[in-house]
Amino acid sequence: MASQADYKDRQFLAVIGDEDSVTGLLLAGIGHVTSPPDNQKNFLVVDSKTENSAIEAAFDRFTTERKDIGIVLINQHIADRIRYRIDTYTQAFPTVLEIPSKDHPYDPEKDSVLRRVRRLFGE
Amino acid sequence: MSGAADREAVFPTRQSLGIMKAKLKGAETGHSLLKRKSEALTKRFREITRRIDEAKRKMGRVMQIASLSLAEVTYAVGGNIGYQIQESAKSARFRIRAKQENVSGVLLPAFESYQTEGNNDFAMTGLGKGGQQVQRCRETYARAVEALVELASLQTAFVILDEVIKVVNRRVNAIEHVIIPRTENTIKYINSELDELDREEFYRLKKVANKKQRDTAEQDAEMKARKEAQAQAAADGENQAPEAGANDAPADLLAAEEDEDVIF
Repeated sequence: MASQADYKDRQFLAVIGDEDSVTGLLLAGIGHVTSPPDNQKNFLVVDSKTENSAIEAAFDRFTTERKDIGIVLINQHIADRIRYRIDTYTQAFPTVLEIPSKDHPYDPEKDSVLRRVRRLFGE
Repeated sequence: MSGAADREAVFPTRQSLGIMKAKLKGAETGHSLLKRKSEALTKRFREITRRIDEAKRKMGRVMQIASLSLAEVTYAVGGNIGYQIQESAKSARFRIRAKQENVSGVLLPAFESYQTEGNNDFAMTGLGKGGQQVQRCRETYARAVEALVELASLQTAFVILDEVIKVVNRRVNAIEHVIIPRTENTIKYINSELDELDREEFYRLKKVANKKQRDTAEQDAEMKARKEAQAQAAADGENQAPEAGANDAPADLLAAEEDEDVIF
């Protein structure tokens, strides 16, 4: 499989989330900024003023452009804003993982992967 | 018949019959092997989906605890530390590494988290107050991220297995419903053609035998006729011989008369 060749150097996690989730995850130590010329961060703070296009651009950058990201964490309420992109994303690498946020409880019904799980088992 | 059209383009010879039989046997072996592979993968797949379901629920709880500890930090520090943290993040301390696991020929990647030693971007965070809460919050979030990494590797395995199972099942079905019937059809076709040839050959031989018989009978009849004719001729000869002798005298007489005429 083609996707298995390039996963060796994927060693970072990326976050798209609200301020609290990003802060917490950065405290855990996943934040990384690439060396000076391009200075790319591997996290994006989304608030109510952030455009959907900016979220999509960040999602694209983390999933397709950057080759060093293995897992993309995204808050579920933000994933809902670009739901069609998440649903059509089928690659194995990087893995997109929907996480709950402080203000929005986790709803398993909305998760793309869990929906697939449920569909497969006819529940 | 629709089956008649669905066969391979081969000449109906004994050699290709042998090849087709070998092919059918190979297809059957391959089918049973692939079926077993698909079953093994499906078993694994079900296990993974079950674990994903569990892990997702667990993640909800873990994140809740982590959020709570972050709220504690905010309270203790007495202000929002988000901006400060975002600005001081430089190099990832918490990283992941992928390793492979082999499930009946399918390489499933699994993530493993590890923490690099030495670099600490947040040494100054909570220096004034709330340092203990910050420390606890970091530990809580590190545990949460570990759970997330585990979930992510399950999810990756899920996606890959899903794809592989689809491919394997497609192959199993193709062999079962296309290749095996077609090979069987071809074998049937070759057999029927060979039978047809056999019948043709038999009929031809019969015809040849008939003709030979007829010829022999004809020859016999001719021979018999000739023999009879000869016998007749012989019998006639015997009858004619005295006649000829009787005729001889007048002929001679005539000749003598003529001769005598000439002499006259």
